Amino acid sequence: MQIVAKGLTYVYNPKSPFATQALKGVDLTIEEGEFFGIIGHTGSGKSTFVQHLNALVRLTGGQLRVGEYDLSEKKCKLLELRSKVGMVFQYPEYQLFAETVYKDVAFGLKNFRKGISEEEMQAAVREALAVVGLSYDEVAERSPFELSGGQRRRVAIAGVIVTKPEVLILDEPAAGLDPLGKKELMDLLHSIHGQWCKTIVIVSHDMDEIAENCTRAAVFSEGKVALCGTPQEIFAQGERLAAMGLDVPVTAKCAQILQRHGFSVRTDFTCTDFVQKVLALYRGEGGGAEDAQ
Amino acid sequence: MESIRSAPGQTADEAAPAAVRFENVKYSYEEDEGSFAVNGVSLTIGQGEFVAVLGRNGSGKSTLAKLINALLRPTEGRVTVLGQDTADPKLAFEIRKNAGMVFQNPDNQTVASVVEDDVAFGPENIGVPREEIGERITAALQAVGMSDFRFATPSRLSGGQKQRIAIAGVLAIRPRIMILDESTAMLDPKGRREVMDVIQKLNKEQGMTVILITHFMEEALEADRAIVMHRGEVVMDGTPEEIFARAEELETYNLTLPRAAYICKCLQEAGMPVGNAFCAEALAEEICRSLQKG
Amino acid sequence: MLNDVTFGQYYPTKSFVHNMDPRAKLLLLIAYIVAIFIANNFFGLILVTFSLLLFILLARVPFGRVLRSIKMILFLIIFTAILNLLFYAGGEGDIVLAEWWIITISWQSIINTIFLAMRLLLLVLGTAILTLTTTPVALTDGIESLLKPLKYIKVPVHELALVMSIALRFIPTLMEETNRIVSAQKARGANFETGGIFRRAKAMIPVLIPLLVSAFRRAEDLGDAMDARCYSGAKGRTKYKKLTFTWRDLLGVLFFAAFIAGIVLLNTYFGSRFDIIWQFREWFGI
Repeated sequence: MQIVAKGLTYVYNPKSPFATQALKGVDLTIEEGEFFGIIGHTGSGKSTFVQHLNALVRLTGGQLRVGEYDLSEKKCKLLELRSKVGMVFQYPEYQLFAETVYKDVAFGLKNFRKGISEEEMQAAVREALAVVGLSYDEVAERSPFELSGGQRRRVAIAGVIVTKPEVLILDEPAAGLDPLGKKELMDLLHSIHGQWCKTIVIVSHDMDEIAENCTRAAVFSEGKVALCGTPQEIFAQGERLAAMGLDVPVTAKCAQILQRHGFSVRTDFTCTDFVQKVLALYRGEGGGAEDAQ
Repeated sequence: MESIRSAPGQTADEAAPAAVRFENVKYSYEEDEGSFAVNGVSLTIGQGEFVAVLGRNGSGKSTLAKLINALLRPTEGRVTVLGQDTADPKLAFEIRKNAGMVFQNPDNQTVASVVEDDVAFGPENIGVPREEIGERITAALQAVGMSDFRFATPSRLSGGQKQRIAIAGVLAIRPRIMILDESTAMLDPKGRREVMDVIQKLNKEQGMTVILITHFMEEALEADRAIVMHRGEVVMDGTPEEIFARAEELETYNLTLPRAAYICKCLQEAGMPVGNAFCAEALAEEICRSLQKG
Repeated sequence: MLNDVTFGQYYPTKSFVHNMDPRAKLLLLIAYIVAIFIANNFFGLILVTFSLLLFILLARVPFGRVLRSIKMILFLIIFTAILNLLFYAGGEGDIVLAEWWIITISWQSIINTIFLAMRLLLLVLGTAILTLTTTPVALTDGIESLLKPLKYIKVPVHELALVMSIALRFIPTLMEETNRIVSAQKARGANFETGGIFRRAKAMIPVLIPLLVSAFRRAEDLGDAMDARCYSGAKGRTKYKKLTFTWRDLLGVLFFAAFIAGIVLLNTYFGSRFDIIWQFREWFGI
């Protein structure tokens, strides 16, 4: 499903002393199959934007098309749309409610596919738990509240992907995890990406995370898309990002300094690529140093 | 030396006790003796030190923090804070006055709906006279750079601002030790930077002892000393540079290097002669030096 | 869905009412509520309404903002009013307009319904003026101070006041959390908008349970945070803010004393609320 937003605007608490314009004309296209990153400060409008994608926030200004669904139409099939665009909120483990993991994961299925048979449901839950790296036989009948924090987050993600949404949106999926937990979670998302969910959109503050994982990204600032492109294109604009109060990945920071010393490293800013390009320079294969002179 | 208790108001220069001392401390949340969240920790933190405590979730970091300000009392062993034993219930009040603590969730630490009332809560509890509370609020808010928000509503502030208010609430009690239990975990990079700047300032300018529990390896680099916890034990203890130079060992405790240090290690392993570097700036310098030679 | 809940939210501005002592305001509110309930005819209620309008003007809170506080309980008011309309057993001299099964609509039930709805509205609006012009801290300080005599019969007044202040402080936090959980469950296909009252109530379970769990978690955190900040009950505690009774407060209290007297007078002079029926019949010849 391709996502196309044109001139999206949104105001919170209109006509009150606390009225705030969260979106001021967002134009953005996300293609099917992308691993898309959304960057921006708290209050830049990024959360409001992603909540538009499955109509949790209803369109009030501009145009938005998600696959075949036109969200500016009054009679847009909300339930169908939400089954195809899954949304994992920040700290999703805090939305678990059922007495067993099984019931919690099955919640979405029951809502979206009325009259689904018990066998089908069981098979789907088993598969979803397997995808997030949990064993059905071990956890299905346990209470979600007995599990560890990391496991609870996985259960919550399973509860969203169980309906096989085509687009999966995650708001700060790795927030609060320790470094290894973060890495495991990003690995999990890559394993979901492709056959299970065609498109993945993550909202993140962590520039290194964006550089390492995303095919493309958009930078939100003051309710608009300020920059959009591959991580390589975005993080090459360190000064513009700094002006917006945003950081760049460690690799980009390094590359900036090297540039100032006359060494140009043409990298996509992933660690692996950066190391290779620096090594190439060192071994005199890249010729970057000559370029810069 | 530890037995000397400094009376309130008395500066105990002649017998400066350690800020925090753990003597073979064990702590178990369950009654049955099976598992210890903190399992035999001996540790001394001097006054004025800035110590980062690292470790995976469930490694015992938070338990360690709660043992320091007597929210928990050791099952075995002894914890003393500025010479005062936390096992003595009568001293809990004094210990908490000396060792303030800021927690993880910025929303769960405020008691009042107006910033100044919240900052006043601590001083009110310890019986500071009314006129002085006002002064303390002014000073505390100034120290965290939130003077303009004295009459604001905490729920309308950003995460970083809320956490700075929480720090001010602790500062108003005038502690000598500040414990931050993953206080940056829920913040965005900007909020994290704000909090780190505040605690740096407190440590450098006021000589406050800071104990920072964190997941962010980069934050540990700003400390004078780093401690790694694993399964309730202190397994590494040294300067952050020393700790991050032992990458293999860190890995066995399921911790990762700061990204710059990781890149540095990759380059070294590929045979490029770069010295150890832990942050982007140092790494770039090392690479430059190596490239210019080569 | 819950964004426009303004009940209990302080509206920051400077005004006569804002500057009043919370104790005076609480006393006024009590007097006001008493006035609403002793007023036995429409003239009394109209006098109450005028006093309310006066206070809204003095408080300098936008009128719309005050009205919005009804929104949340409008349903309750309508519900009560309808029940009252349909099931009110008329008294002496009542004229039945329609009757079906156990339902009777009469002149008295109509008048009684209007009267009841007015009382409820005035009640809510008056309380809203208090919460809009008084910070929760001032409010709880006021309550604590007024309840002080209860300390002598071992009622933990300070603790009760603190609990109330914390409850008020957590309203916006829990509202925000509720919104987030509602959104998260909606994203999983939950439907809160259609179906009968039982279905809707059942649909709230996936919201209420996480909310409850989180409230407990927050309570635990807060307990630790309060311990760490040396909280140990009322003993040995000082107070940063001192309540002072000023001329404003005296004026307000005097005003209301006169006001209640006025209502009592109106009651005796104009009789019961139903007398208006005869009045109307006389005027319009029904």
